[in-house]
Amino acid sequence: MEDGYLFILLTLDATLRVSTPLIFCAMAGLFSERSGIIDISLEGKMLSGAFVAASVAAVTGSAWLAMLAAVGVAAGLAALHGFACITHKGNQVVSGVAINILASGLTVVLGIAWFHQGGQTPGLPSSARFMPIEFPFAEPVSVIPMLGPFYKELLSGHNLLVYLAFMVVPLTWWVVFRTRFGLRLRAVGENPTAVDTAGISVTWLRYRAVLICGLLTGLAGTYLAIGQNAGFVRDMTAGQGYIALAALIFGKWRPFSALGACLIFGLLDAIAIRLQGVHVAGIGEVPVQLIQALPYILTVVLLAGFIGKAVAPKAIGMPYLKER
Amino acid sequence: MSQSSSTLPRWIDIGLIPLLNVVMALVVSGIIILLIGENPIEAVKIMMYGALGYEEGIGYTLYYTTNFVFTGLAVAVAFHAGLFNIGGEGQAYIGGLGAGLFILMADSSLPAILILPLGIITAGLFGAAWAAIPAYLQAYRGSHIVITTIMFNFIASALMVYLMVNVLIKPGQMSPESRPFLDNAHLPFAHEVFAWMGIEITRSPLNVSIIWAVICCVGLWLFIWRTRWGYAIRSVGFNEKAAVYAGITPAKTIMLAMFVSGALAGFVGVNEIMGVHHKLLLNFTAGYGFTGIAVSLMGRNHPFGIVLASLLFGLLYQGGAELAFEVPTITRELVVVIQGLVILFSGALAYMSTPWVEWVYRKCTHKQPALQGG
Repeated sequence: MEDGYLFILLTLDATLRVSTPLIFCAMAGLFSERSGIIDISLEGKMLSGAFVAASVAAVTGSAWLAMLAAVGVAAGLAALHGFACITHKGNQVVSGVAINILASGLTVVLGIAWFHQGGQTPGLPSSARFMPIEFPFAEPVSVIPMLGPFYKELLSGHNLLVYLAFMVVPLTWWVVFRTRFGLRLRAVGENPTAVDTAGISVTWLRYRAVLICGLLTGLAGTYLAIGQNAGFVRDMTAGQGYIALAALIFGKWRPFSALGACLIFGLLDAIAIRLQGVHVAGIGEVPVQLIQALPYILTVVLLAGFIGKAVAPKAIGMPYLKER
Repeated sequence: MSQSSSTLPRWIDIGLIPLLNVVMALVVSGIIILLIGENPIEAVKIMMYGALGYEEGIGYTLYYTTNFVFTGLAVAVAFHAGLFNIGGEGQAYIGGLGAGLFILMADSSLPAILILPLGIITAGLFGAAWAAIPAYLQAYRGSHIVITTIMFNFIASALMVYLMVNVLIKPGQMSPESRPFLDNAHLPFAHEVFAWMGIEITRSPLNVSIIWAVICCVGLWLFIWRTRWGYAIRSVGFNEKAAVYAGITPAKTIMLAMFVSGALAGFVGVNEIMGVHHKLLLNFTAGYGFTGIAVSLMGRNHPFGIVLASLLFGLLYQGGAELAFEVPTITRELVVVIQGLVILFSGALAYMSTPWVEWVYRKCTHKQPALQGG
């Protein structure tokens, strides 16, 4: 019983850790897509952020500088996406694909040119990373049955960025649904002409949305490179940007629903890792690949309209042409 | 999908501007090489030699080109219907799986004359089937095909890992590969074909799939511009509402376009599985599906343009390998960077240079009448 409880707690603990980048990216995508800009380049921006964070941390030894640089570069890529999609009215999907491919190539090319370690960055000492924060009294409290381990294992002992990710969700909700900027943001994703008629610049609104998106993906990358891990490895995002995109769609472009989807997908991942090679009576060896593919399969099923209906912002993917 | 400006003559619109875009991508790539601390001119020289300087290099270049023709055509035919098929990678993977499964079942019972064409057909059918699901969801349930094809890439990858690790792996072996195919299921290599004619050339992975790629190019050109189905596809891509008035059913047309697209992507499996590896293995698609996007954008979705773009990317892939070998600070991934830049400049920023070109063109054409008049 005791063991089973601890197993569940540790699985949930792992869930929080793997969900964090998904949450950052899903919120990032939410800002962009709510403003009408499709963003499939979450993956690429997160990867670039991770690479820059690890590089700067390795050179300067400062986790905060690393975060700043990562956010800056990710926002730069977001601005490029905006430049192509908003200013030049290019195809948003094509631009996103370009950024993803560019990031996957450039991180390796620069990594090898700068650090000569086969695309990795040097291993980082604890001082250059965001380390787990132990909550006060975690040790003495842990003797209390049920609640004690819950406090020690699940709530305490994550790094700053994990807590930040969970704070970003209500913040996103507040900004999108309770501020004037949020109202306009949603309006520009549904009917940009109306926003334009009201005398508000569609271009500037969308640029701001895209830049917020870049900022958040930068945080996701920072977490991957100097929070969860101690350095950059090539292609370390491994499709998580796409899973976040799936979570965003799964959550129907709403912050708390998207958070729920991120946690479900994170849990699936955590379970898949724990079940690797485990034999379950009656089923035999669990096909881990099936569990790993579940987020993608579920999203397709949702998109097909078999479980509820995911309706995207109306003006998504369409460049806004101002009539003259 | 493509909008063209009405004020410029055709040769500028389909010749000069695409060329300018590619040049911009290559210039930025050159700047990146400079930043790394190497000489871009030297890099180009090494790449050209590596890709075209000797027989084996040419063989490799053409072998890569074959893959890019297939995936480029696949992306292009979907583009003509107004669809963005990012799923070429997954469709190629499943196409290869199809060819492999068929050959593993049949190579001990069928002669080469039957097994080779049937293998090619199976690869196409499997790729088409993998594209048909997202196509169906787009056509009849309105699910965005970009998202579903991305998801299907990942599902294909998970499926392949599962099958290779658990089912198809050759017993008593650690690496997840199937048993090798028997000789009758090998597509002949180019050096073998030339040897039959009494000409000796160096060994390379180039095989007769390239002939199939050429046939596909011509076939697709005929299909898109000379058949009613191609007309339907172009109509739906250009203006879906008008197509409906013309009596075309968009849903069926989407299915058709994606079916052809998936089949073309699946033919990568022919080149890789039947032509080169002669067994099923993991990750043989190696990003060729994504390169297809760059190829198609650069070639303006026209088979002829796609052949040129495929040759350029074949050259870059093989030359890039040589470059990585010669210059230790540069890696093969430089080609991936160039690919990303090509997609950016030829795709997303395709019309960035148009106002400038228009300005220059107007300056030039305004002068001429003035000179004649004066």
